[in-house]
Amino acid sequence: MFELLGELFSYPFVIRALVVGIMVALCASLLGVSLVLKRYSMIGDGLSHVGFGTLAIAMSLNLAPLEVSIPLVLLAAFLLLRISENSRIKGDAAIALISSSSLAIGVVVIAMTVGMNADVCNYMFGSILAMKKSDVYLSVAVSIAVLVLFVFFYNKIFAVTFDENFAKAAGTRTGVYNMLIAFLTALIIVVGMRIMGAMLISSLIIFPALTAMRVFNSFRRVVICAAFLSVICFFIGIVFSFALDTPAGASVVLVNLAAFVLFFALGRIRKLA
Amino acid sequence: MGVLFACESVSVKYDMGFAVENVSFELEAGDYLCIVGENGSGKTTLLKTIAGLVRPAAGKVDLRGVKQSEIGYLPQQTPLQKDFPANVMEVVLSGRLGRNGWLPFYTKRDKDSANEEIVRLNIGDIKFASYRSLSGGQQQRALLARALCATDKLLLLDEPTSGLDPLIASELYRILRELNERGLTIVMVSHDVGSAVHYGNKVLHMQTSKLFFGSQNDYVASDAGRRLLGGAAAGRRLPGGTAYV
Repeated sequence: MFELLGELFSYPFVIRALVVGIMVALCASLLGVSLVLKRYSMIGDGLSHVGFGTLAIAMSLNLAPLEVSIPLVLLAAFLLLRISENSRIKGDAAIALISSSSLAIGVVVIAMTVGMNADVCNYMFGSILAMKKSDVYLSVAVSIAVLVLFVFFYNKIFAVTFDENFAKAAGTRTGVYNMLIAFLTALIIVVGMRIMGAMLISSLIIFPALTAMRVFNSFRRVVICAAFLSVICFFIGIVFSFALDTPAGASVVLVNLAAFVLFFALGRIRKLA
Repeated sequence: MGVLFACESVSVKYDMGFAVENVSFELEAGDYLCIVGENGSGKTTLLKTIAGLVRPAAGKVDLRGVKQSEIGYLPQQTPLQKDFPANVMEVVLSGRLGRNGWLPFYTKRDKDSANEEIVRLNIGDIKFASYRSLSGGQQQRALLARALCATDKLLLLDEPTSGLDPLIASELYRILRELNERGLTIVMVSHDVGSAVHYGNKVLHMQTSKLFFGSQNDYVASDAGRRLLGGAAAGRRLPGGTAYV
């Protein structure tokens, strides 16, 4: 076990993936609590597909991936939020349209670009090798910004999540906070996508929140538990990925699934007791 | 006492036409207004317009003696809240949010105020219980405590007793009357016309437009009032003390 960990930490790329991944996992879980409770999980999923499309375009044009993706995905976040606020039922379908179209654009762009085919799988399902040094700085900066904003606006985020109408009637500018949550989510998705993969990054948002909710009953505890769970699951997932040579994103998701099943059982037992 | 707010020719449009059409009235500080009417008569929409959630297509709500951030609102519960992991204290405290502007954390005063309302509504023993584990009546009290944290001037209530059994409903009405006697202005939307008319001092009868606005006594004698209250039914009571139509 210790040998494995020692070996793990001897590779700079693993350290980079861990640093970025843990920050992303932490932020995603915090935002996830609000998104899941507001029934906005689909937005996270939609954004990751848009992220995939923009990433593919950036790579094929030889541009810096994050710098291209971030503004485009922010724009998509704005649109998706607008769509889902205006009408719930149509919103669902519209999000599905946008996300599958982005995915299709990404796949076609990759197919048309010579010499890039090998990377499709990495984009889709993530790679522990994806992070370069410059990416690490940007990712960590974005994550810290998300963390600070989340802590600073924690009470407002709670109010807007629990009861938007009440908060609005009491003079809180709920539209601003909804947009803030959507934008922060967009940032985290773009940053985390290359480790976790476009198909799997939304699990980092959804799983920890859902898992924590099985057992804990106050918002604060759910948030704290989700944050810890997310980081721990990510770490274990990466160790697995390294040891068994499995894709990073999928390994992390499976660890999250295991945690969910465990907490689900715990919640049930507690209810019976 | 002065005018607290006024609706001036307020109209609200929906896809199919008017939800609220040309409604004007003034409410004075200390009033207890009940908005009654059939389903789809625009009661809730009008309340939301007063709360600032719906923008009127024409006319305006003129807040004279009260600021937007001083409105306490008790909305109808959303299905989303039924399974929300939050404890009562967290919910009640969030009522203070409109008051502390950009401040990121709650102050001691906020917490004291929340505790005060929790005691007033007699939910001290479930202060740290999970909102989703509470009964309908307890949830409604928690939400009322939150609304009271937000205001000491104007309380807007949307069907506060729907889904509550008559005993708990009448307890809620008693609390509201007490609050009103202490000077809090109350606007309540209700389908429970008997109680509404029983407790309030003013009545607004909606049918997309304004059918009646005036004092409770005038309403009972008016055509609109007689029609909705249905003569003899006005005095009928269910066990538990809530008058029903």
